[in-house]
Amino acid sequence: MAANSVKTNTVKTNPTNLMIIKNGYVFDPLNAINGEVKDIFIKDGKVVSGLSGPETRDATVIDARGKTVMPGGVDSHSHVAGAKVNAGRLMRPEDHYRSVRKKTDLTHSGSGYTVPSVYKQGYDYAAMGYTTVFEAAMPPLEARHTHEEMRSTPILDMGAYMVLGNNWFVMRYLKEGDIEKAAAYVAWMMRTHKAYGIKCVNPAGVENWGWAKNVRSLDEPNMHFEVTSREIIRGLAEVNEMLGLPMSLHLHANNLGHPGNWEVARDSLMITSALDPKSKTDLEWAETKESARRKQTVYLAHAQFSAYGGSSWRDFCSGAPELTKYINQVDNVVIDSGSVPFGPATAMTGDGPAIHDLYTLTGQKWSNCDIEMECGSGVISLAYFKSSPVHSIMWAVGLEVLLLVDDPWKTIMTTDHPNGGIFTQYPQLITWLMSKKARDDTAKECHKWAYEKSSLGGVDREMSLYEIAILTRANSARTIGMSYRKGHLGLGADGDVTIYDLDPTKLNVNDSKNLISRLSRPDYTIKDGQIVARQGEVVAVPEGRRYYCQPYVDETVEKEMMADVKDWFKYYTVGFANYPVPEKYLKNPVAIPVNMPLEAVARR
Amino acid sequence: MAEIKLVPKGKIGITVEAEVIRPDVFAGLPKEEIEALHVWQGPRELPLSEFFEVEVRAGETPVDTKIIIDGDVSRVKRIGQGMKSGKIEILGNVGMHLGAEMAGGSIFVQGSAGSWTGMEMKGGLLQIAGDAGDHVGSAYRGSWRGMTGGQIQIEGNAQSQLGGGLVGGSIIVAGNVENFCGIRQSGGLILVKGNAVRGLGAEMAGGIIAIFGEIKQFCPGFIDAGREENPKVGELQLEGKFNKFTGDFALSKNPKGLLYCREV
Repeated sequence: MAANSVKTNTVKTNPTNLMIIKNGYVFDPLNAINGEVKDIFIKDGKVVSGLSGPETRDATVIDARGKTVMPGGVDSHSHVAGAKVNAGRLMRPEDHYRSVRKKTDLTHSGSGYTVPSVYKQGYDYAAMGYTTVFEAAMPPLEARHTHEEMRSTPILDMGAYMVLGNNWFVMRYLKEGDIEKAAAYVAWMMRTHKAYGIKCVNPAGVENWGWAKNVRSLDEPNMHFEVTSREIIRGLAEVNEMLGLPMSLHLHANNLGHPGNWEVARDSLMITSALDPKSKTDLEWAETKESARRKQTVYLAHAQFSAYGGSSWRDFCSGAPELTKYINQVDNVVIDSGSVPFGPATAMTGDGPAIHDLYTLTGQKWSNCDIEMECGSGVISLAYFKSSPVHSIMWAVGLEVLLLVDDPWKTIMTTDHPNGGIFTQYPQLITWLMSKKARDDTAKECHKWAYEKSSLGGVDREMSLYEIAILTRANSARTIGMSYRKGHLGLGADGDVTIYDLDPTKLNVNDSKNLISRLSRPDYTIKDGQIVARQGEVVAVPEGRRYYCQPYVDETVEKEMMADVKDWFKYYTVGFANYPVPEKYLKNPVAIPVNMPLEAVARR
Repeated sequence: MAEIKLVPKGKIGITVEAEVIRPDVFAGLPKEEIEALHVWQGPRELPLSEFFEVEVRAGETPVDTKIIIDGDVSRVKRIGQGMKSGKIEILGNVGMHLGAEMAGGSIFVQGSAGSWTGMEMKGGLLQIAGDAGDHVGSAYRGSWRGMTGGQIQIEGNAQSQLGGGLVGGSIIVAGNVENFCGIRQSGGLILVKGNAVRGLGAEMAGGIIAIFGEIKQFCPGFIDAGREENPKVGELQLEGKFNKFTGDFALSKNPKGLLYCREV
């Protein structure tokens, strides 16, 4: 429980917003800085090259000697806002009463372990050194609710990806082969609902789930629309690059959670291999030494849940070696891990049938919801046990997908919070990535299948702090196109910094307990040049920004598309005028114009 | 044995949440420090001395410590919550969540106890001379794992959902219970010497319920499993002729729940 330690904090936050972080070991992969001792200067919330004499006198000075300095953490895939998150809170009172946070003079009270209240979520992320978190799945009809929750989340900069993989208009246009109209529709929807990126969940399958069916392969046409998963993935990825969005298509593959699904995942990733990543945003980019532009045309969500071998739960095994073999061969794929650190979890996804499958396996309480013409969703309470053979393999797979991909710039560390685990377990995950001994120790506590049915036991790789910085900030920011200001400490970047009380020259990666506690409670979390958390306690509660994209297409295509939308809007239960989310629902909105000035959108 | 006596100072308006009243917290503390322990009343945190006179003949270890509450504390919740050893004796009625999650030691109540008594209890002994409210020894809302160990004895009646989600341990009720006694039970033992209303053993997957009196509405998901005379259930030797049932088939195909009903 948080103590009333706010008043005892002695660090002065200077109203001039000048800060110097001195003598720390800096890990800033986008600027190729690997543990060099370096001073960081921040002025008016941005990283600058230095401060003038008088400014230096006025600045807040933090002595980071012997400590690790990284850009603020960026979580590119987490379920933290919206209807399904709230459904998770409502159906799990038992998740809340043991995990409570006391009100302080500065902060709200809050509760919840796997699905915390919005306030607790914001504080917990900030206290752990994260300053930017993106909501992974926003159904269009639930956009208003999602923005309401993001508006109430303190400190964090946020944005949300819109679920479009089973949208009636998208499927209709793709069936008709009218990619221009599909692009016009997506552009209009993103502006209308203030969405940041395109999420595609079990394409073609969730639509079938409305009739208690699913799809099992990439080439199986779904009911009524008769469009295949392959067509939807290719179509949305094309639309994504035609419009020139900052992030690529974000894919939740078909057959998620099923034995033997690694092949579908690999084949899905192949679909976009012919496309070129193209961002048509007119943004001011902070300086970086390495390219801060995304290279991928598909960003696979929670690869752990899509990297299974075997054909049933009896011969279940890891499929991660096969899936990562493909990822190692190509340059257009990024994955996040969706790792499983054991313990209670709440599965929540737009993949309604996957939740039903989990219910038939576990008998736990669950819920499902059909989102009219757009998508579906489901929630179920879960717990992962080391004694369970299947869960032990999932733990191994969640680490394999990160450790077997050679280039860390293709991977991002997540737990798919709160599906595989809770974001507050990230420090535990890092210890497994950094120490083979930590993995071996855990494997001993697990069911023997953990090492017998995966390749993890034979993996000697131990990640460095530099690689961890790539997996937790640099690459997550780059993958979603936020590296124009996040995920690094180059000139002009946001003054978001995490200072861990870890001396990299004396680091003992095998001391998991110490590592976890240092990573869980960074010495400082700094956002926009302001100290927001100190040793795990929140000391300031600024309001974060909400990012969204405003893509445009030529008026004539848009007009034709709007006529279709208005015609089919009769099938919606809401009125057309009530459909859009006005900007007043966003606190500190940052609109990113895309494809402005206008370039005709057309298939290459 | 050291004794700490708490005497209520007067009527309590908004209920007080006093999870600090437990032998393992009081043990070895001087009077002033016990008085200064914080309790919650609504949104306010107040010292224990706001509501109680404290008399101390202090013990050094929790095992040696006995807390006597001399008066009515029906508006005080969470007494003995999570306690691991020592004794609490309450010479009147007591409020909700008494001994919730307790793992050891014993609590004796001369009067009646409120709802959620012994919720998710793990061990120890909880004796109520009077009646008890709803959810005795049950799981918290939303959870299916209730009491896992220890024993609860109620001399009077209990209300609904007694032993909800019971996993282990035993609950013995000398009087009657109301609805859904033993709902979602998966282990442990419930003995009801009086009557039950309806839903007895609903969604039961394991464990034993024995009842001496009448069941007003019998659960439809139970099937006949013969008769037994003087059966031994858990540690208890019962007397008389019993009809035995298994269930609840409403929940699964192969339920292991046993229901003994004494022939009247």
